[in-house]
Amino acid sequence: MPEWQAEIRKRLTGLRLGPVREAEIVEELSQHLEDLYEESLAKGCAPEVALQLTLAELNESDLFVRELRKVERRVAPEPISMNANRSGNMFSSVWQDLRYGARSLRKNLGFSLVVVLTLALGIGANSALFSVVNGVLLKPLPFPNPEQLVTLHQSKPNFDTGAIPFPNFRDLQKENRTFSAMAISRGTGFSLIGAGEAERVSGRWITSDFFTVLGVQPVIGRTFAPGEDESGAGPVALISADLWQRKFGAGQDVLGKAITLNDKNYTIVGVIPANFKLVGNVDVFVPIGQWGTPALRNRGVALGLHGIGRIKPGVTVAQAQSDLDRVMRDLATTYPDTNRNNGSKIIPLEERLVGSVRSILLMLLGAVGFVLLIACVNVSNLLLARSAGRTREFALRAALGAGQFRLLRQSLTESLILALTGGVLGLLLAGWGTRAALGVLPTTLPRTEEIGVDSRVLLFTLAISLLTGILSGLVPALKSSQGGLSETLKEGGRGASSGRVRAQSVFVAVEMALALVLLIGAGLMIRSMAAVWNVDPGFRPDNVLTFGLSLPPSMQATSGPTIRSALRELSDQLNSAPGVRAASFTDGAIPMQSEDDLFFWLEGQPKPASQSEMQMALVYRVEPGYLNVMGIPLKQGRFFTNQDDERSIPVAVIDEVFAHKHFGDQDPIGKRIHMDDGNQPSQIIGVVRHVEQWGLDSGGADSLQAQLYLPFRAYPDDSMPMGAGVVMRLDESAPSSFDSIRRIVQGQNSQSVIFRPQTMNEVIASTVAARHFSMILFDAFAVIALLLASVGLYGVISYLVGQRTQELGIRMALGAQRKNVLSLVLGQGMKMALAGVALGLIAALGLTRLMATMLFGVSATDIPTFAVITLLLTAVALFASFVPALRATKVDPLVALRYE
Amino acid sequence: MLDREVKRGSTEMLILALVEDRPRHGYEIAKLIEQRSEGVLQFHVASLYPLLYRLEKRGLIKGRWVEKAGQRRRRFYKLTAAGQKILAEQRQTWKDFFFALDRVAGINPA
Repeated sequence: MPEWQAEIRKRLTGLRLGPVREAEIVEELSQHLEDLYEESLAKGCAPEVALQLTLAELNESDLFVRELRKVERRVAPEPISMNANRSGNMFSSVWQDLRYGARSLRKNLGFSLVVVLTLALGIGANSALFSVVNGVLLKPLPFPNPEQLVTLHQSKPNFDTGAIPFPNFRDLQKENRTFSAMAISRGTGFSLIGAGEAERVSGRWITSDFFTVLGVQPVIGRTFAPGEDESGAGPVALISADLWQRKFGAGQDVLGKAITLNDKNYTIVGVIPANFKLVGNVDVFVPIGQWGTPALRNRGVALGLHGIGRIKPGVTVAQAQSDLDRVMRDLATTYPDTNRNNGSKIIPLEERLVGSVRSILLMLLGAVGFVLLIACVNVSNLLLARSAGRTREFALRAALGAGQFRLLRQSLTESLILALTGGVLGLLLAGWGTRAALGVLPTTLPRTEEIGVDSRVLLFTLAISLLTGILSGLVPALKSSQGGLSETLKEGGRGASSGRVRAQSVFVAVEMALALVLLIGAGLMIRSMAAVWNVDPGFRPDNVLTFGLSLPPSMQATSGPTIRSALRELSDQLNSAPGVRAASFTDGAIPMQSEDDLFFWLEGQPKPASQSEMQMALVYRVEPGYLNVMGIPLKQGRFFTNQDDERSIPVAVIDEVFAHKHFGDQDPIGKRIHMDDGNQPSQIIGVVRHVEQWGLDSGGADSLQAQLYLPFRAYPDDSMPMGAGVVMRLDESAPSSFDSIRRIVQGQNSQSVIFRPQTMNEVIASTVAARHFSMILFDAFAVIALLLASVGLYGVISYLVGQRTQELGIRMALGAQRKNVLSLVLGQGMKMALAGVALGLIAALGLTRLMATMLFGVSATDIPTFAVITLLLTAVALFASFVPALRATKVDPLVALRYE
Repeated sequence: MLDREVKRGSTEMLILALVEDRPRHGYEIAKLIEQRSEGVLQFHVASLYPLLYRLEKRGLIKGRWVEKAGQRRRRFYKLTAAGQKILAEQRQTWKDFFFALDRVAGINPA
């Protein structure tokens, strides 16, 4: 039969058709010619004549080519065509890759779904955590030129970031040369009377420059003018946008209106924007001059005043620091009594705000990065297994003329499609999950209001999705594109090439190693948390409530004895309320909640020349019921009674640390101490157990540990407080509801206010919230890692068992026992897992050191943790390979052999 | 010039008309045109197939490989909905054209 195809092909050469299209045309036309030829023969033509007649059909070949070119030239390239070198149109071939990839992924929907979900989990967790890091650490503070803002502190030899006495602040403000402005402020609380129910609002004493320093503009009105912060100036106030909304309906006419804070009328001059959260949720800002406490004029009393400042443009923090050091040195010379040994400390505002959580967040970001790596490796493995099934497809395409680069690109396109789909899904998960997690998890993260999905989070997600696509697709793509044609076709497209198996084994080992590192990290965090919870706080927090109470501001005008009797009456009522075992007022420090200290010297010693040479102790002013409420054991002597009041001789109780530090082996009972208040020395009547003031995980790191108890009832008339903290022990069955307590308090006077109610357990939990938060996240990441890694191991072993069906069948046909097969497959799995464990142990030894500062009561190389986690991971790996191994033993030799 | 346009327009209609009832392959189309025109109209491979491909590309006909037992596969073309419309339009145009020719020059196609 004549070679029609060759004849036709000869005429088509100029057309540059795709190979598939060309093959079609050749086939169709040669069919036609064949029919013609047969017909001529049937009519009785001689073969030579028939051949000539038939070929005459193609005679007008120039017309044919011209006409065909008109039609065919504009045909879109065929999707299957792999002629990257010839098409010359990069864009259309990329589009082609995309369409082909999407189609091939749709065909394997289950596979694609698993991959996309794995990646969505990995990418989503990363985006979520990055949105936190972005909001908290990366976004600039919401103030103009935030890098110029610093916090100001007065430093003592053993305490860097102390508060600044007001006169010292004024001198710093006047004498410095490096600040464009500075201000000082202090939190306080006010009873807001008038509009509706009496309400406790949070307030802040500030100097006039406070908002000027920050560059915060009021929503309406103005901020304070210079001089308005002096004592004697007219009472003015700024209110928060929230209070403006709540009490004044956000009306413009609020300016000039009066509000009553603690029985004093203030004129509202401005409203502060809602997004101002630098000092928490503050409702009213009042000039510090209105405070009226004489202590403001005392250079030796700091009053918890902390400063902020804006350094001049071009001035470095170090220059500003040495400038303030100079001023403080001058002050120490001028006022040696109060200022000897005092220095200054400035800290960039951003550092002060987020410095404490930076390492935790970065560690978590690292951990979640590990999760993504594991997800990548898993997906890589899946793609590798899939590529094994596609070797023929790729070999065929290579045979059709697809270059290696083109095949590589096709594979990568598919993994990128998967990764980007996973990224979109992950971003949705992240956006939804971050808010939910921040709402649920215990957290004391600063700047949470800044957390959200913004362009930077979008970019980050896009970047890690692309990276993930390339990372997880590269090795499978290389393996696919490199498969030599002849070898592949010889293998029959079925056998797993040894190179691919090796890659899969390495991947599994890496996964195991990554998971081990995360698990060990999580284990150490859990051990730390357990150690923290095991710390004996020195008191029994269960069933203890704490809240603040303030008497009606109108009582301010009454005498000390009136206030005293009102408080005593309240105390008696609270103590006898149903369900209440014991209650006590407390002023000064409250364990893990608030701090207060005082200066003293021991009787028999000369009075030190200045406060800076006196001893310091934490001070708790409490009632007799306090020990019962808190469950603090008495070690020696006695505790206060109701008779230890303003008329009795001054008495004090100390803790063990105080006793040991100041009296050593001597019996402290009967000894007397002088306090820097000009009163009689107090006699020590008892010793109680030490209490952890600074939180469960402080580990005694704070230098101020000595504790001194004074009787609340012994307050002199002229300094009776207008309120106090209350601690209260309830019956175990009593509902911890504050309603009944509020009724008791407001029954006495409706203008009394109860605020900040908390259980003592909540107070303790809040001191470990950051640790708790990072532990929960870290554990979640470790569990995901463990799941992904074991699924990865399971997948690979299953795949290998499938590949080795025939071999296993032969072995069993030759007499291998089931247990031999079982151990063969298990051995293969465990070899990978143990290699990973070894690698992981080495990595963990190096990496856990990075989290040493976050650990408590456990070393970064804690051997039990390492051992238990290693065993756990090995057991999981054993289980993950046991399931497919069991399947391998069920191989029927006959069925397996028939495969060939 | 006019000849070629007329010829191309008419041959398009011929092909569309031939695949109107049922799908046919290229050889069959060529044979039918030759037979029914009693040899007046003849298509060579070189002219027929580019035309078929153009019609297919314009979506007027649709080609499909069909395999029948014991035979090599052939490409059958069938009329698409779009083709149906064009065919009807062209029939009308030619009818009007012949009517005009008849009135002017006394040519009666029937």
